[in-house]
Amino acid sequence: MSPSSRPRMNSGQLPGLYLHVPFCRSKCFYCDFYSVASPAAIPRWLQAVRAEMDLYREKFPRFDTLYLGGGTPSILDEADLAALFESIFDRFAFHPDSEISMEANPESLTPGKLKTLRSFGLNRISLGVQSLDEADLRFLGRRHSPGQALRAIEACRSAGLANLGVDLIYGLETGSLKSWKKTLDTVLEYRPEHISCYQLTFETGTALWKMRRAGRVRSMDEKMQAAFFIWTSRYLERRGYRHYEVSNFAAGSEFMCRHNLKYWRHVAYLGLGPSAHSLRGAPPCAKRWWNVKSVRDYCRMLAEGKPPLAGSELLSRDQFDLEALDLGLRTCEGVDMSILDEFPQSRKVLEQLQKSGLIRVDEGRARLTRKGFLVADSLAVMLGG
Amino acid sequence: MRQIRNFSIIAHIDHGKSTLADRLIQHAGLVDDREFRDQILDNMDIERERGITIKSQTVVLPYTSRSGETFQLNLIDTPGHADFSYEVSRALASCEGVLLLIDASQGVQAQTIANLYAAMEHDLAIIPVINKIDLPSADIDRAKEQIDHDLGLDSENVVLCSAKEGKGIEEVLEAIVNRVPPPGGDSGKPLSALIFDAHYDPFRGAIASCRVFDGKFGPGDLIRFMSTGATYKVEEVGFFRLHRDPQKNLTAGSVGYVIAGIKTVADIRIGDTMTLDSNPAASAQPGFKDVKPVVFSSIYPISSDDYPSLADALDKYKLNDAALVYQKDSSIALGQGFRCGFLGLLHLDIVQERLEREFDQSIIMTAPSVQYQFTLDDDSSITVENPQYYPDPINIKEAREPFIKAVLILPERYMGAVMKLCLERRGSNPRVVYPTPGRVEITFDMPLAEVVFDFYDRLKTVTQGYGSFDYELTEYRESNLVKLDILVNGERVDALSLIVHRDRARDWGVQVCDRLKEEIPRHNFKIAIQGAIGGKIISRSTISPFRKDVTAKCYGGDISRKRKLLEKQKKGKKRMKMVGAVMIPQSAFVSVLKTKDE
Repeated sequence: MSPSSRPRMNSGQLPGLYLHVPFCRSKCFYCDFYSVASPAAIPRWLQAVRAEMDLYREKFPRFDTLYLGGGTPSILDEADLAALFESIFDRFAFHPDSEISMEANPESLTPGKLKTLRSFGLNRISLGVQSLDEADLRFLGRRHSPGQALRAIEACRSAGLANLGVDLIYGLETGSLKSWKKTLDTVLEYRPEHISCYQLTFETGTALWKMRRAGRVRSMDEKMQAAFFIWTSRYLERRGYRHYEVSNFAAGSEFMCRHNLKYWRHVAYLGLGPSAHSLRGAPPCAKRWWNVKSVRDYCRMLAEGKPPLAGSELLSRDQFDLEALDLGLRTCEGVDMSILDEFPQSRKVLEQLQKSGLIRVDEGRARLTRKGFLVADSLAVMLGG
Repeated sequence: MRQIRNFSIIAHIDHGKSTLADRLIQHAGLVDDREFRDQILDNMDIERERGITIKSQTVVLPYTSRSGETFQLNLIDTPGHADFSYEVSRALASCEGVLLLIDASQGVQAQTIANLYAAMEHDLAIIPVINKIDLPSADIDRAKEQIDHDLGLDSENVVLCSAKEGKGIEEVLEAIVNRVPPPGGDSGKPLSALIFDAHYDPFRGAIASCRVFDGKFGPGDLIRFMSTGATYKVEEVGFFRLHRDPQKNLTAGSVGYVIAGIKTVADIRIGDTMTLDSNPAASAQPGFKDVKPVVFSSIYPISSDDYPSLADALDKYKLNDAALVYQKDSSIALGQGFRCGFLGLLHLDIVQERLEREFDQSIIMTAPSVQYQFTLDDDSSITVENPQYYPDPINIKEAREPFIKAVLILPERYMGAVMKLCLERRGSNPRVVYPTPGRVEITFDMPLAEVVFDFYDRLKTVTQGYGSFDYELTEYRESNLVKLDILVNGERVDALSLIVHRDRARDWGVQVCDRLKEEIPRHNFKIAIQGAIGGKIISRSTISPFRKDVTAKCYGGDISRKRKLLEKQKKGKKRMKMVGAVMIPQSAFVSVLKTKDE
């Protein structure tokens, strides 16, 4: 089969729009996304984002997802949020059945903001609850209390939001399964449509990473991490959630985050704002580009009429396939067996992986098991190396 | 001819041979201090780094003696190691005398004796020289006593020197002039010139080093190699004075080089005799033989794409090392490679290192093997040096392996440890002599297979560096051999198979399983490593899987970074060898060859 005739999952899907809001009240200890702690630059940033949108109006006329991420998008006040949405909808068209999503923190998501957001068609919120344990929240450097988190969930429901995602972090070295279960159980009382459960990661350069380097905190040991992961997956699946990506659970396939699925399926996306990444096309013209990681440079370059690029790459067929393999295996969709044919040694390895219960093959697709998800990063190279 | 002296320096390793040669060269004024560097005769990096001599070199040293006469001293520098004993013997056959160099603090060692015997065989004048007399640990009286007792030489005539400090150099030169006889021979007779070395020059081809016994020859003469009958027209003859110094001709008694449009060193047989095609000598110089490899190992490129490059490198390497023999080999685990035969372990080491350094090859070598003999049920005999060709055990009537006479010299206090080591290595029939108080000389009959591998390292460890070792091949003896296979995750890794004595199979199997366990990285599944004879598992180790390797967050901004990481891992994997689904790093193949105590 020639590369061009191979069926790809993304055919016919509209691209997604991502907008990075690079502002936070303070930096959480674990976070390595780009953000600044001063809101003073918000007006300039807003202006620059509009200028950046104008650069892409022709190339990306229509989307079916919008995702405001950060940073902390909920830090914007009602007027800024309204201005932002107006600017977006003025310039780009959206499919009527679009997913309009935003990340929010409990302490800054007010009923007033929710009302404004809803009026612009926002239909999904990803709420940064992280934990309902006081000590955990302090350890993570969060600014909210468990009570604030629950009130924010309730506010979302009161605003009529039917697609609520709750983001959680687990696997702190001090954390017990009991306290993790308690957080989950409490969250589950609200039946959120989507739950992200991120195992705590010490990203290079973050405050937590520095603390670990200084010997003040430790990672949970590997076997415990594995046990927590498996337990979480089983527990949530028993309660009707589908473990559809390594860290993501949905209460039904209609609640899988459509925007994020685009990343994992290699569907095109446009990323606006400092540090945002974009992807367009398929090999040999698959192009990825990303913006500068600085609000100041971002604003300056756009003021000069230049695209705020930090870099770009043209993905070769091999690179694209390797990514497709790696990303595909992270989701419950798995990968089409035909993609494995591109890699000479994959059959023998696949046999071994099936034998060890990491992968199952059915209906012409290879999918990871729970145990497989746990070692997902090692599989793409094993199969596609 | 009366003014010529042909001599060589022989010594146990590290007794200062190259340093003494350096001093003699400096004394002769062949180099000024600015051009001088240590180990000046050792051109190869590997020689300089390891402080050993691999290739023979000759150098002509002018010397005016205390009596006022001018002499031409031909120093023939020889490799110091048993692997090259044939080359050494040909070099010695070209001399009339030797300096037998002994370290004042270490005294007589195993190779000192082996070298002495070799010099005796050629009936050479022997000048004992005690070197390193400046060392605080020097014990000149003890060394003299050993020369008396161990070597049976006259310790009264010992020359004392410190090559490092430049002390006693003139005494050494005077001894050469006065005690080494001038060469005999007759320039009027038909040409008879012994080839004792050959090396390769990219511009001139193979260049032979020779000693002229009778006759003379020069450019334009048609020379004939008596063993092969091949003839070549001489382009140039001359002396080595650190560089080539062309002469009109080489006459009886002299030592020099010949350039005759010879393509590779393999065309020159060391020990062969050159004569004139038009007026040949009646007989060749005695002692010529074909050197046969005794240790075998397969070389594979780490990345199978590099096979053509390895083939090319071996071809080029062979230009300058006729002793290396090789042929194509292939392995399921390692792909295409070459089965190589070596003169010994040092030779193997040198080939490996030079291929890596000078030819930029990344290679994996398999465990060295000796050549086994099998008589099969139908009474046919085969020799096998590659475990891949081990015959079906059902058909084996008798198996034989090569044995050596191993000579070990060591301080008495290590005797117990060395005895134990040798007995572990299937040594038998120990003969112990006490040449001087406090020292023992032990002779063992041992299988060659037991020393080809890490024996020397082990000996050095158990004697804290004081033990020395030399050996000679003796005979083939009947032996109970088995083929040991190594299975990784149930698949046989053919490159790790080994022919071993049945009694040693378990030890070896356990060792390999443990090594591989250390070297093979954890995978995401459990890996069993087993040693097996036929269907029977005799050793086992297990690599437990890693439980978690997954990035929690992978969104738009993470994908490029993650792919770059994957690409890096993919590159790393290319340097690994796949056995089934298991990635085995190169280091695993290397590690199975290492000593326990390293």
